Amino acid sequence: MLKTFPVGGVHPPENKFSVGKQIETLPLPKTVTIPAGQHIGAPTQVLVKRGDEVKVGQLIAKAGGFVSANIHSSVSGKVKKIDQVFDSSGYRKMSVLIDVDGDDWLEDIDKSDELKKEIALSKEEIVKKVSEMGIVGLGGATFPTHVKLSIPDGKKVEHLIINAVECEPYLTADHQLMMEKGEEIMVGVSILMKAIDVSKAIIGIENNKPDAIEHLTKLSANYPGIQVEALKVQYPQGGEKQLIKALINREVPSGGLPLDVGCVVQNVGTAFAVYEAIQKNKPLFERVVSVTGKNVSKPSNFMVRVGTSTDILIEAAGGLPSDAGKVVSGGPMMGKALSRTDVPITKGSSGVLIFKDEESKREKMNPCIRCAKCVTVCPMGLEPYLLMTVTQSADYERVEKERVLDCIECGSCSYTCPSTRPLLDYIRLGKGAVNKIIRSRNQK
Amino acid sequence: MNDVILYTIITLGGIGAVSAVILYFVAQKFKVFEDPRIDEVEEALPSANCGGCGYPGCRNFAEACVKTDDLGSLFCPVGGNETMAAVASALGQTVEAKEPQVAVLLCNGSSANRKRTSEFDSAANCTIAASTYGGDTDCTHGCLGLGECVDACGFDAMYMDPETGLPVVIEDMCTACGACVAACPKDLFQLRDKGKKSKRIFVSCMNTDKGAPAKKACDVACIGCSKCFNVCKFDAITMGNNKAYIDYEACKLCRACVAVCPTGAIHEINFPARRVKPTVEGDAPAKKVVAKKTTSEIEAKVNIVEKAKEVAKEAPQKNKNNNEDKATE
Repeated sequence: MLKTFPVGGVHPPENKFSVGKQIETLPLPKTVTIPAGQHIGAPTQVLVKRGDEVKVGQLIAKAGGFVSANIHSSVSGKVKKIDQVFDSSGYRKMSVLIDVDGDDWLEDIDKSDELKKEIALSKEEIVKKVSEMGIVGLGGATFPTHVKLSIPDGKKVEHLIINAVECEPYLTADHQLMMEKGEEIMVGVSILMKAIDVSKAIIGIENNKPDAIEHLTKLSANYPGIQVEALKVQYPQGGEKQLIKALINREVPSGGLPLDVGCVVQNVGTAFAVYEAIQKNKPLFERVVSVTGKNVSKPSNFMVRVGTSTDILIEAAGGLPSDAGKVVSGGPMMGKALSRTDVPITKGSSGVLIFKDEESKREKMNPCIRCAKCVTVCPMGLEPYLLMTVTQSADYERVEKERVLDCIECGSCSYTCPSTRPLLDYIRLGKGAVNKIIRSRNQK
Repeated sequence: MNDVILYTIITLGGIGAVSAVILYFVAQKFKVFEDPRIDEVEEALPSANCGGCGYPGCRNFAEACVKTDDLGSLFCPVGGNETMAAVASALGQTVEAKEPQVAVLLCNGSSANRKRTSEFDSAANCTIAASTYGGDTDCTHGCLGLGECVDACGFDAMYMDPETGLPVVIEDMCTACGACVAACPKDLFQLRDKGKKSKRIFVSCMNTDKGAPAKKACDVACIGCSKCFNVCKFDAITMGNNKAYIDYEACKLCRACVAVCPTGAIHEINFPARRVKPTVEGDAPAKKVVAKKTTSEIEAKVNIVEKAKEVAKEAPQKNKNNNEDKATE
């Protein structure tokens, strides 16, 4: 029997329309808008000013602390302005707008497709380079990768786990990347193994991608220590705690990190970005984005420069269908509906989904019928209905006691609720309030 | 038969007597002294338990009143001066009368003034909406119109106007308890002195974006043009974060700023209707005021502008970089 995590989970219709579509490189846009904050952590410090000439790969914003990531220009041209511009959060954020002029890369970036297997750098050099190249977790959470690779003293890592699950319906970006860049990913994983000094890495792939499993298994024969494991299709298997439980049957304690059970989890896209950063000297300024949806005429996987407007991607996939009701950035379960389509693609954008009007609308909220379906599907073993009720009555001490901070916001509860109650919305609200209380408590 | 009744009475009576003695000594041993004045003060309070005073309920407020020597720092916004006078007399102290306050909404982005660019589709809760996105218009600072303030109001002093999509404060009912101020995730409410005849002038906008995007998003946005700042004779207006702020304590209610505001962001409330002079344009008197100012006065003002900008720059606001651009049009 295939491995999976034991508690909760759902299996929504997969709807992977863009599966098997070759990764297309989009033509360069006329202007790009590069937000100065594309990661979790401290905000960056913009280094360029209006009128500056920049090259592809040039550092334009410096990390503002340890938990922060550098940002590099994705195009060459002239800085048009530095201004507050709407991004996918629906708020105006400080961004660098660049008018594109040609495609002039920094000289030390290796643009060739040639595979480079030998890892010349030492462990410390790898972590330093990853940090310099602005690599963040490409699964969507955009946590700076070098932080995960810097193992604190006293902690021992035994396993590197590569998340190639892509458990979100619709998305195919990682799947296609594995099919086309399998060798590079393998080298990337080897680099990550060297960086954290482990001899074993497991690549977890869900069973709905048999071609990717076969391809990577074949390749892994040449890379000692790397093992490919097929997993049962179950959402949210891509959550790191769920993936660790599924693959090596260890449970991350409440409030703990994967490091506490001797694991480091990295996304497969991140492994590719690490390969490019270390072997090709290429900073993270482009990524694969799936543009898909039931009525999208040309569902595709695009290689997109960071800062490209979402409009351009939608246009390249055949334009916005006439019955489009909602555009979502990211996956359908955890992604975020966009309030406008002219927002830039960032390091964390894994997909652009276009939903039909009729399937996108939320249904009326009905009273809770105590069916406990949300409790059954919660992969963290929480009681979503209870968290919602106590949040509504603003009893935040109780919310904290009910382990709201363990919620991974996978949305399984809202998805499964027969009364279509916005459970996750309220849980997030409670989580925010509890975090605020904890912060003020710590300040005292 | 009689024996049974007798024994029962003796046994139960004995237990009762022993218990009474024990309870008496226990009560003496664990006696809690409670200041009787707390009850007196609590009697004088409105018993709304709204939390407007900053304490969880009226009882806690009464305890705080009894403990303190200076009642000046404590105030029951619901009961107002009368209640505080009663509290003071119960405690044998005196208290200065405070100006009654009222909640003011600092947004006028009604359906007519702000173009809706998207639709919110989730739980009707302002805090959830604010954490999801900037709002259903291009203004990310304005009212979301989901009525969390109305839900928070414990005195039925607010309602949502279905036409404008904005909450309305019923002045006579508002007790300035501050529940709406705490509830609004966009910080659009402010408590202000009611003032003479409840007349008030305020900038009804919290948009800190630069002039052009602010005006594009909302017809009645404050664009930070400084016209009101230049016309004010009483230095009641400060500029910062691309918007004007009127200090209600310094404001003399001359209404000069209302006349010059190009977007109509400055509101005047409870003023008698202006006399219409068909031959003179609306902003003519304001121009006269400008002319009266001496050069040194204007220079001093410019210095204040620079200072305000510096202060705003230092303040850790998310739009701090906006201030590099001139606030003047």
